[in-house]
Amino acid sequence: MDAKFRIRRFNPERDQKPYWAEYTVKDVEGTDTVLDCLHRIKWEQDGTLTLRRSCAHGVCGSDAMRINGVNKLACKTLLQTLNLNRPIQVEPILGLKVIKDLVVDFEPFFEHYRAVMPYFVPNTPVPQDGRERRQSPEDRARFDDTTKCILCACCTTSCPSFWASGEYVGPAAIVNAHRFIFDSRDGATNERLNILAEPGGVWRCRTIFNCTPACPREIEVTRAIGEVKLAIQRGVR
Amino acid sequence: MAMQVHHHQFDALVVGGGGAGLMAALYASRHVRTAVISKLYPTRSHTGTAQGGIGAALGNLEEDRWEWHAFDTVKGGDYLTDQKAAKVLAQEAIEAVIELEWMGLPFDRNPDGTISQRRFGGHTNNETKKPVRRACHSADRTGHMILQTLYQNCIKEDVKFFDEYQVVDLLMNDKTAVGVVAVNIDTGDLHVFHAKAITFATGGWGRLWWTTSNAHSLTGDGPAITWRNGIPLQDMEFYQFHPTGLYPLGVLITEGVRGEGGVLINAKGERFMERYAPTIKDLASRDVVSRSIYLEIMAGNGIKGKPYVHLDVRPETVNRYLAEAGESRRIDADYVLQKLPDILDFCRTYAGVDPVKDPIPVAPTAHYAMGGIPTDIDAHVIWNGQEEPVLGLYAAGEVACVSVHGANRLGTNSLTDLIVFGRKAGLQMADYCRQVGFTDLPPNPTERIEAELSRIRSNKGKVKAYDIRKQMRQLMMDKVGVFRVQDMMQEAVDGIRQLKEQYRTELAIDDDGYRFNTDLLEAWELGCMLDLAEITAVSALERKESRGAHSRDDYPERDDEKYLAHTMAYPQEDGQIVIKYDRPVDLSLGYEPKERVY
Repeated sequence: MDAKFRIRRFNPERDQKPYWAEYTVKDVEGTDTVLDCLHRIKWEQDGTLTLRRSCAHGVCGSDAMRINGVNKLACKTLLQTLNLNRPIQVEPILGLKVIKDLVVDFEPFFEHYRAVMPYFVPNTPVPQDGRERRQSPEDRARFDDTTKCILCACCTTSCPSFWASGEYVGPAAIVNAHRFIFDSRDGATNERLNILAEPGGVWRCRTIFNCTPACPREIEVTRAIGEVKLAIQRGVR
Repeated sequence: MAMQVHHHQFDALVVGGGGAGLMAALYASRHVRTAVISKLYPTRSHTGTAQGGIGAALGNLEEDRWEWHAFDTVKGGDYLTDQKAAKVLAQEAIEAVIELEWMGLPFDRNPDGTISQRRFGGHTNNETKKPVRRACHSADRTGHMILQTLYQNCIKEDVKFFDEYQVVDLLMNDKTAVGVVAVNIDTGDLHVFHAKAITFATGGWGRLWWTTSNAHSLTGDGPAITWRNGIPLQDMEFYQFHPTGLYPLGVLITEGVRGEGGVLINAKGERFMERYAPTIKDLASRDVVSRSIYLEIMAGNGIKGKPYVHLDVRPETVNRYLAEAGESRRIDADYVLQKLPDILDFCRTYAGVDPVKDPIPVAPTAHYAMGGIPTDIDAHVIWNGQEEPVLGLYAAGEVACVSVHGANRLGTNSLTDLIVFGRKAGLQMADYCRQVGFTDLPPNPTERIEAELSRIRSNKGKVKAYDIRKQMRQLMMDKVGVFRVQDMMQEAVDGIRQLKEQYRTELAIDDDGYRFNTDLLEAWELGCMLDLAEITAVSALERKESRGAHSRDDYPERDDEKYLAHTMAYPQEDGQIVIKYDRPVDLSLGYEPKERVY
């Protein structure tokens, strides 16, 4: 079985504008991933094809791309989930500047992430006995879903509000704020909610729901954003 | 076109943005001007894929003591572990885990709110010899939580990062480390970083082998660079094959699956670990379990005649064996889902298997380097077995060989190692930087690396890096893997030397640009891997005994008379490798080498 690929390519050192290039990868299996195929193109056919990747099993968040028009991790997309009767279309994720081929500029994405205080600010001093701060399993479960984020940008770059304005912090940043806002040990809830109530914050979300199916970690992203909106209006809990 | 060269100066540099690197950076940056240089965005680092837990004798669920953790580490390492290092690890693990919690790490919790702990291979109550709950965890993504928490704290403390800068050379002035050279991957420009102290925390090199749990980025750049600057490499033959890689991909399936009650089953339906490790069975240390799986496969007991066995964590199986063992605990599908969500996801995505309903196909996968850049217990890199320090140079995490893992690492000790020795490297760098001034850079600091990169770029050969890499990985898998014999290892050494020659003379790359040229950088990484493959095979050939992960059919016994010492591979000017056993094992806790029974 062969697989055909149609890949959006652009090398600013050489190309005036982006173009589509076609490749055929021979003898593939349904359990091969899109990343496996991109590697075979790069390694066997054309070493100039450029992409990011690392762990190759959906945990490091390096290889987010648009596959047949949908944001996915290339290493988590098996050929058997795609229609091989037509070329598989691969492009860089949208809304971030293309550096080369499938590689985009992540700096604006991480800038938004850093803007929401994505770190623990304890609400109590370090315990006198030198042991851990205690937290009930229920309180721990409250924010479990949003601890899973791998910062791959699949959600943010699937969001029409983000495409419309790069000012919007985007779903990923809100998910990472949520992880702390709903942590019973944290004391900076109001600061974070104030940041997210600003014009670049949660109110740019129009509840379009693109982000939730885009998440390769199955985080309920839209729900998390909704909980943050509610917290701004009514307070946490 | 000449490469653009930029210059920077910091007191302390950290090369690598995984767990050890971020820990070192957090501690150093509180005292001195520090920068982290990483070829990946730090959150992409492989620490994030660690699953099962971080070992620390908190004793939250049952009695436990740091002494037991230290002994288990020494025994797990087949007595090649330096006992003073095991002591540091086991003692400081406790405060290190508590400190992670204070930084906000969301550990799973017990009903009383303390950190939850689970069983893991080789971790025992030394009195009853039974498994003990020592692995502190956050579902099956403990490494992810550690990496995220450390990165979050680095942002909080405004640590300076150079993301996607790939370090390609170390700069020495006589015997002092004075800086590094890095490629800004985005532009292709070279950057010279001048510093007083440098920590290498570049992780492992699993990509040397065909089947591996390791990321594509784990190509051993760090140890290849230090080696090329005259620094030895220690215990390189000790490379761990994790028993349960998802077959045939090699993606890791955490030992936590067995910690929660999962068992290994052969084609006959036997729980075969009962035969190899009668007391702790499936929770024996990794080298023992990997060898047992291979023996089963060689005996024709692989599933459907193929080279894999089953890992069964279906509630009915687990409960049957729990009942047989007289334990009152029972599990259900929800429990498995709650404790091992990512494992379920991997199995469903890549193997089409639902572990709650079907057994998981597993086989050993190249996983972890016990060896690496030799350091003392303060993370200081040394020149030789006489412990002569390399001024200004530190190493921590998987890239370093303290040696805390000896001949075989216990599960959960990699994360403990990162935190404990990463912190030491950071504190030691800060201390050192406050005592000394800058030593001059060498003249023309980028001369050597520019020559190397332009040679790769302009080579007009016909062989692609991929072809050489493929052959190297197959050679290492077949001949320097779980089972080893003289002739095959010699074939590996010869084969790798031929590949090195081919790499030097016949390599060709396609991309002649500067911007994000991963074609060039992958080819350069292959050079690192070939160096490490040769050193690994030569080290393995020389050690004529079986110990931990180094298991030889032709020398099946451990030989403490001759080999109770670390393998030190020294680079020579003419490219030769000299092996010495001039770094004896530290036995200061008094654990005398004994036969290893689980």
